Amino acid sequence: MEAKILQQNLLELIRRTSTQLPTDVVRVIEKGWRQEKKDSSGKYAMEVIRDNIGMAKEKSQPLCQDTGTIICYAELPAWVDEWTFRKAYEKAVVTATKKGYLRQNSVDSITGVNSGNNLGPGSPSYHIHPTRGKTLKVRMMLKGGGCENVNVQYSLPDNRLGAGRDLEGVRKCLLDAVHNAQGKGCGPGILGVCIGGDRGSGYVAAKETLFRVLDDKNEDKRLAKLEKQVLDQANSLGIGPMGFGGQTTLMGVKVTHLNRVPASFFVSVAYMCWAFRRNGFIVSESGKITRWLYES
Amino acid sequence: MLLEAPFTEKKIRALKVGDKVEITGLIYTGRDAVHKYLHDGGKPPVDLKDSIIYHCGPVVVKEKGKWVVKAAGPTTSIREEPYQGPLMEKYGIRAVIGKGGMGPKTLQYCQKVGAVYLHAIGGAAQVLAERVIAVPNVHMAEEFGSPEAIWEFQVERFPAVVTMDSHGKSLHEDVLAASQEALDRVL
Repeated sequence: MEAKILQQNLLELIRRTSTQLPTDVVRVIEKGWRQEKKDSSGKYAMEVIRDNIGMAKEKSQPLCQDTGTIICYAELPAWVDEWTFRKAYEKAVVTATKKGYLRQNSVDSITGVNSGNNLGPGSPSYHIHPTRGKTLKVRMMLKGGGCENVNVQYSLPDNRLGAGRDLEGVRKCLLDAVHNAQGKGCGPGILGVCIGGDRGSGYVAAKETLFRVLDDKNEDKRLAKLEKQVLDQANSLGIGPMGFGGQTTLMGVKVTHLNRVPASFFVSVAYMCWAFRRNGFIVSESGKITRWLYES
Repeated sequence: MLLEAPFTEKKIRALKVGDKVEITGLIYTGRDAVHKYLHDGGKPPVDLKDSIIYHCGPVVVKEKGKWVVKAAGPTTSIREEPYQGPLMEKYGIRAVIGKGGMGPKTLQYCQKVGAVYLHAIGGAAQVLAERVIAVPNVHMAEEFGSPEAIWEFQVERFPAVVTMDSHGKSLHEDVLAASQEALDRVL
């Protein structure tokens, strides 16, 4: 495949990710809107959110002005090397920024200078792996700063919560995280969770688990039970959309796990906002996009 | 209800938590860099008397020589908690629009100086951008970068909810307390 076609495909991926929500997320937002009480501030928030989803798609403009950290996962077959992929992705990011699909969002942490094109150390954030398969798979996520700021990592046991090193302890951490976030993470939110790992790998895995669709079921029965329990209990807290009060506080919980060293037991929580921008596609060697991953 | 410029103390004092307002008039964006700059004694490039500050880092592009707002939802306000109250008092700021609410210090100043906190819907960048009908000017874009600049937005029927009023009431405090009780029951 020509580098130029790859670049065009990646630009389209960025455009769709920034301007359209995955269908599984839209379904849960619709449900939340239906269940909020008439004339309440929570209902009003869900109405504006629905209008915004429709308008962003129609105008092909960002759902949220904070187009976030650009997170890219790619599985590269033999026909595309990492250097070529990165160059194509970076060009697509620069073009997407010029077109207004992405905000100028990459700031030098020492000087405060905005690079203006979304490139810089750590931006975009890549997770690239080779694959023996024949097709190229790219998934991306845009995670805004508001929800990123309410991410939290617990180290168990936690005295304040009375949380020990077991799934019951994890449950307490997750409910505490939702309560602390209140409306600041732009709820109704979604939790990506990793039990175990180190402080770095735990957060990476917590975010990666957000690539699961909202209506799937965890293959691990213990974790499936935990996910449902936390979802139900979080929605009994009354925090509601935007923290205005109401029934819809959380739209999903996705839990994964990594091994840990005996001394550590981390619970890493990645809070995602309602503007849950993830998308992905499969591309064949000819350059044709054969499938969009989150649009059915 | 409509909230039209000029944003006088009388109009602001009449607002109560839970009121849904639609703002018409000129407002200014200002977020982290601007608040720190003003707090450190920097001179404001615009007159902030009876103004509304919008915690927002918009996506703005120039099309045919004119600024066009592509996305303009609110950013998290609590980061300005150390600065907001004193700046409201010093410059006569009457309202801030943001998301996530602010803390007790800002609430106190709202009471003292006659100001309110207006909650826009976080993430609703398109619905809100559509209510920006003109961008007359931008300030400090060179120093702070586009998202952190002071943009002048002429808005029409810009929607928000009063979540902190000038009478000491905060929806955020109420929801926090009620959800704490509910949390204690399930922990």
